[in-house]
Amino acid sequence: MAGNITVEIVTPEKVVVQEEAKIVMAPGELGEFGVLIGHTPFLTTLKLGSVKYEDAQGLERQVFISGGFAEARPDKVTILANSAERRRDIDLERARTALERAKKRLEREAREDIDFTRARAALERALHRMQLAESKRK
Amino acid sequence: MAQLKDVQLKISAVKKTKQITKAMNMVAASKLRGAQNDMEGFRPYAGKFAEVLGNLAGKAGEDASPLLIPREEIKNINIVLCTSDRGLCGGFNSNLINKAARFAKDCAEKGIDVSLTNFGKKGRDWARKAGYTIASEHLGIIGSKFGFNIASISGGTLIEEFLTGTYDEVYVVYSEFRSVARQVPVLKQILPIPPIEQEEEIEEKDTIYMPEHICEPSADEVLGQMLPRNVYVQLYSAMLETSTSEHAARMSAMDNATKACNDMLENLTLIYNKARQAAITADLMDIVGGAEALKG
Repeated sequence: MAGNITVEIVTPEKVVVQEEAKIVMAPGELGEFGVLIGHTPFLTTLKLGSVKYEDAQGLERQVFISGGFAEARPDKVTILANSAERRRDIDLERARTALERAKKRLEREAREDIDFTRARAALERALHRMQLAESKRK
Repeated sequence: MAQLKDVQLKISAVKKTKQITKAMNMVAASKLRGAQNDMEGFRPYAGKFAEVLGNLAGKAGEDASPLLIPREEIKNINIVLCTSDRGLCGGFNSNLINKAARFAKDCAEKGIDVSLTNFGKKGRDWARKAGYTIASEHLGIIGSKFGFNIASISGGTLIEEFLTGTYDEVYVVYSEFRSVARQVPVLKQILPIPPIEQEEEIEEKDTIYMPEHICEPSADEVLGQMLPRNVYVQLYSAMLETSTSEHAARMSAMDNATKACNDMLENLTLIYNKARQAAITADLMDIVGGAEALKG
């Protein structure tokens, strides 16, 4: 394969990732997709999940994202994430407390209103963060 | 002698004031650095977001989202007014409030109902006094550290109220941070979303051959999801700019105050020295006069 592609993951707070990668995989709304150099211009919405990429040394990296948008160009992938954390930066304690809080809230009010949807989204975020963080420890 | 004591008291009072203004100046300077960092951190996201949106705007249909369609009859508007919570920052708040007040008055004269969403206590106090409806108020945000979710929560509420017809237009008044010495109050429409400017360089890029983006699920769908977020992005950036401006305004206001204190101290010291000299001369005259009298 000819060369690397630049991967950029930005959130409203900061630039989380900006480096060269061999391949980038992201959780698109309609399914996971992979991007190599020379990809045709592509724009999609992302769902909650993890972005995986192989860095220049061939190591696999994972970054948690809670939805957003991705734009692929032949030489660059930009991911506009609502929030993003590298696997090693995930705060497991915080995710655990968030999970508990969301669970409690869901038990208390089993209705379909805004709070409910919000609590469910929080639950999913927390679960995914924990899964990703713990996958490393094995 | 009484005058001497008065001047001395005044000097010590001014010295104390100077200590405070100097401390506030330094605190504002360090907070300004923090706020500027937050702004820098947001810039890549905002820039990229605008770029992608600009790319997309040309492709999606005009009626891709109800957020884009201007209403024919404007009856109710909401102004999101960003000010600081605290004073002592020169004309910062009054400039912002004037901007909002002028606009609100113009609208009211046309028979449009104006309500306000207040970020910051100063603006809230004004709105209360002027008798405008306050849709919601958020204190303790501008000037401190805040996250994107604050913008997305109140942005979400505004969008919902726009869609249900509570408001026909939504504006934001905030302070644009041009430089440490210059902050400009700005009025911007955020809903319905004004026509998005398409990227200018598209023509040039085409010469290198850049095929059109493939969109998933579809251009309209992606745009439909990006537009609300665009509102949050605008709000967040307005809040960040106002925060940064507040600290910058306070810093220069306090710098001026410290300088004024220095001037006053100089004047007062001069007066004090003169008075002291006069007192000494008067005492000497007394003594000499007394000695002369004894001789006689």
